[in-house]
Amino acid sequence: MKALDIKLLRDLRLLWSQALTIALVVGSGVAGYVTTLSAVDSLEHARDSFYASGAFADVFAAVERAPRAVVDELRALPGVADVQVTAEHAVRIEIADVTDPIIGQLIGVPRERPLAMNRVSLRGGRTEDGPGPALADGALPAWVSENFALAHGLTPGDRLQALVNGRLRTLQVAALALSPEYVFAGSFGSPDRRGFGVFWIDGDAMDAAWDMRGAFNRVAVKLAPHASERAVVDALTRALAPYGASLAHGRDDQVSHSMLATEIAEQRVLGTIMPAIFLAVAAFLLNVVVSRLVATQREQIAALKALGYANRAIARHYLQLVGVIVALGLAIGVALGKWLGTMMLGLYAEFFRFPRFDHILEPSLVWVAAGLSVLTALAGTLGAIASTVRLAPAQAMRPPAPGRYRPTLLERMGLTRLPTVLRMILRQMERRPWRTLLAAGGVAAAVAIVVLGNFFRDAVDTLVDTQFNRSMRFDVSVWTLKATSDRAAGELARLPGVTMVESSRYVEATLVNGHRRERTQIKGYATQPELYRILDVDGRATDPVGQGLVLTDRLADKLGLRVGDRVQAEILEGRARTLTLTVDAKVREMMGLNAYIDRRLLNRLLGDGDLSSGFVLKIDADREPALLAATREMPRVVGAFSKASLLRNMEEISARNIRIMSGVLTAFAAVIAVGVVYNNARIALAERAWELASLRVLGFTRTEVSALLLGEMALVIAVALPLGMLAGWGLVHALIGALKSDQFFFPIVILPRTYAWAAIAIVAAGAASALVVRRRIDRLDMVAALKTRE
Amino acid sequence: MLAQPVESPAAAPVLVARGLTKVYRTGEVEVVALRDVDLDVAQGEFIVLLGASGSGKSTLLNILGGLDVPTSGTLKFRDKTLSGAGEAALTAYRREHVGFVFQFYNLIPSLTVRENVALVTDIAEDPMDIDEAVARVGLAPRRDHFPAQLSGGEQQRVAIARAIVKRPDLLLCDEPTGALDVQTGRLVLEVIEQVNREIGTTTMVITHNAAIAGMADRVLHLGDGRLAGIDRNARKISPAELHW
Repeated sequence: MKALDIKLLRDLRLLWSQALTIALVVGSGVAGYVTTLSAVDSLEHARDSFYASGAFADVFAAVERAPRAVVDELRALPGVADVQVTAEHAVRIEIADVTDPIIGQLIGVPRERPLAMNRVSLRGGRTEDGPGPALADGALPAWVSENFALAHGLTPGDRLQALVNGRLRTLQVAALALSPEYVFAGSFGSPDRRGFGVFWIDGDAMDAAWDMRGAFNRVAVKLAPHASERAVVDALTRALAPYGASLAHGRDDQVSHSMLATEIAEQRVLGTIMPAIFLAVAAFLLNVVVSRLVATQREQIAALKALGYANRAIARHYLQLVGVIVALGLAIGVALGKWLGTMMLGLYAEFFRFPRFDHILEPSLVWVAAGLSVLTALAGTLGAIASTVRLAPAQAMRPPAPGRYRPTLLERMGLTRLPTVLRMILRQMERRPWRTLLAAGGVAAAVAIVVLGNFFRDAVDTLVDTQFNRSMRFDVSVWTLKATSDRAAGELARLPGVTMVESSRYVEATLVNGHRRERTQIKGYATQPELYRILDVDGRATDPVGQGLVLTDRLADKLGLRVGDRVQAEILEGRARTLTLTVDAKVREMMGLNAYIDRRLLNRLLGDGDLSSGFVLKIDADREPALLAATREMPRVVGAFSKASLLRNMEEISARNIRIMSGVLTAFAAVIAVGVVYNNARIALAERAWELASLRVLGFTRTEVSALLLGEMALVIAVALPLGMLAGWGLVHALIGALKSDQFFFPIVILPRTYAWAAIAIVAAGAASALVVRRRIDRLDMVAALKTRE
Repeated sequence: MLAQPVESPAAAPVLVARGLTKVYRTGEVEVVALRDVDLDVAQGEFIVLLGASGSGKSTLLNILGGLDVPTSGTLKFRDKTLSGAGEAALTAYRREHVGFVFQFYNLIPSLTVRENVALVTDIAEDPMDIDEAVARVGLAPRRDHFPAQLSGGEQQRVAIARAIVKRPDLLLCDEPTGALDVQTGRLVLEVIEQVNREIGTTTMVITHNAAIAGMADRVLHLGDGRLAGIDRNARKISPAELHW
């Protein structure tokens, strides 16, 4: 080994604790990058291969009832490669000992021809054309969506009940199944493993139950290469119009696909912003530590030059030192990223189901991470190394000029009665403004990351509070299969424990303004809704009192509508009709793209009589089980949902995932805080050991001397806390801007607890680093300090 | 604290050392820096410690000043036993009773003259006025200058002001002129002599410069860690008369 390499190792051994903290910061950045992007890669890979193997359709449509003869007509549409028609129905599912309502999507698998699109994969490597005809005792074999089966502990052979067209039928689990159409496990766009299941049953049995022989109500279309989705959607909509309620749409409006797409897009943003912050902090730390190192080694550098080492060799020597630190960080980051990425896939697997879902770490990702780390190292250290290396040997042999001090800005402004220790601290900080600023910036970055990590919890809590407590003031919502006479409200009011009932009617429609079209549900509410209120992000209620629509602002913007404008509503239910409505109000809602109207007005415009399709109920506390049981006896009711269970289902997954995320981000932020505080304190200690030892000689206690050094760190943290909170606020806004979607208006609410937690976490990390440095202060060699000149 | 009037050198000793020995161990090598030194230092006395490098004079001064503890032997300051005292007791001893002046001044570069002195008044119990201390060393006009703006001699005078402002019982000076030219060194010694004379502070000056010995009441010669001899000057000469 060359002498210079031995020096490298010895220097590293001397610097090990600082090298490690820097490597950890680099490692956190790399880990954040590798974790999120490898998880996203894995998600995309699993999706693409499942979409290919399962022949996921491109365009989807639903009709009331269309004859099979139409299929040939659809096949002939330009841009259509293949068409598959099925019969599907949403039904109520009952499982012994489960009180919460369950919605089941029954899909008939045609006997004569296996599914060509949206093909089902069965667990255990089984391949079968269909679930098979009814068993001897009348039970229907069913393939059951895996996530639902797992959530209820269902295994092949287990039985459950389904309310099939008003008749209770027994379903027997034949196999656990996965479908590219139902990768996302949940209903209404929120994850729910227990309350929603998909059941594939024998097509003939399905047809018999709903009298759908020779007919269908669902269409899946595969596009021809280079075909325009838009054109096919339009053609399909027109072709199916005579058969009631045609709702053709592409993959973007397909629930499972759009949830996957949103997740992938969000993680790509997160996986880019967060690591960038970490690597910037790492660059700063490298800069501070390496500047200090080369400064202390000026004389050694001069000696090397005198011995004939070229500038390049000396620069390479110091870059190697940096290289070792960064390589260590890269190794830690990739290993940690692989581990966390695999863990993240485990979380994803609870609501995204694929036949194969393996963690993939693309080599390119590692290379990019390595490249970014090297750039970080160069950005942080090249300047410091170059300036020292360029010194002439004779100049380098002399110690650097002594530091020049002057009264601080505060003192120059007239504040002269500062305590001596504070004065020393302030002058020290002012003498090295860049280092002080960067240190404060580094700590502030840590604070901002904790704020960001915990913001999601605040946002979800606010969303839940607005949605579940202030908007949904009911306890139970009841949905009927079809719009039904509002007399049902009276029946419900007589059920046990019901104190108040509010009716609503939902109608599928396409809103049209010129060339802009948006599919939505027109929600007919009570004139002054009490139990289901329309709230904006600030919690203000808007009532559909006027003669027109109340639109979510995002929907109005998409349609280019202003208050007072007229909009066409093409009704996609029953007989095709077009209503002309005015926009009465816009409301900035948190979730969804909604169009509200007074229910009675809607019914009047449609001319269908006094109909309702949903009811929300306020009930006496602890009468809920009795009420839910009673609704089960009502044949027209497709489901009765307890708000409490909805909330529980949502919190079960979301709350835990958010806790994990904020935990990981807090840990990463602590790494940054420790890295910044520890390295700064160590360097300050190295630079000022002489001064501090002199003070010890004068009779200053260890505590007093520590206060002098650690006071500077405390001040840096004190300055960084408000800065970091501000930066966190900005980061949250930037991130929410980057994550903006049509479906959500993420409330930017940062609760005081989040700021408090950020402060506590960072102060704790700072205090821990300070304690380690404090031990070194205690070991200061007083006698040695008196023997050498500064 | 120096409340009592100046007494004659014959009065009760301030420091009593018996059998002071200091052994440094570095790895397997043992270095005996101080061997069996007995010493009484009287109140108000001016002592010069003479010896070559490695003679043990700094080790002795460090132990007397509470910067180090002896390996064996006893050391008492008045009725306090310093040998075997703990960290906190030694810090308190330095803080309350000892003023140090060093070869390299050991000033705090970020503090002005006045503030360097204030550093001590902040922690001392009954210090003199800062400006009085600064005036005593003749630096009143430069009191708001930073160390980097002062000459070596001026810096050393700041160190002296900082050492005496707490009214120490002991003023310990380790090669105070070591880094100065003759002219400046003489000026610094004048200040030390004046402090000893006017305030009555017991003073010990370490030097390898034999010429300084003439200022002392007593001159201790150290060699190879032992107290090799003690001279008593019948007549002290003033620093102005010193030549080296």
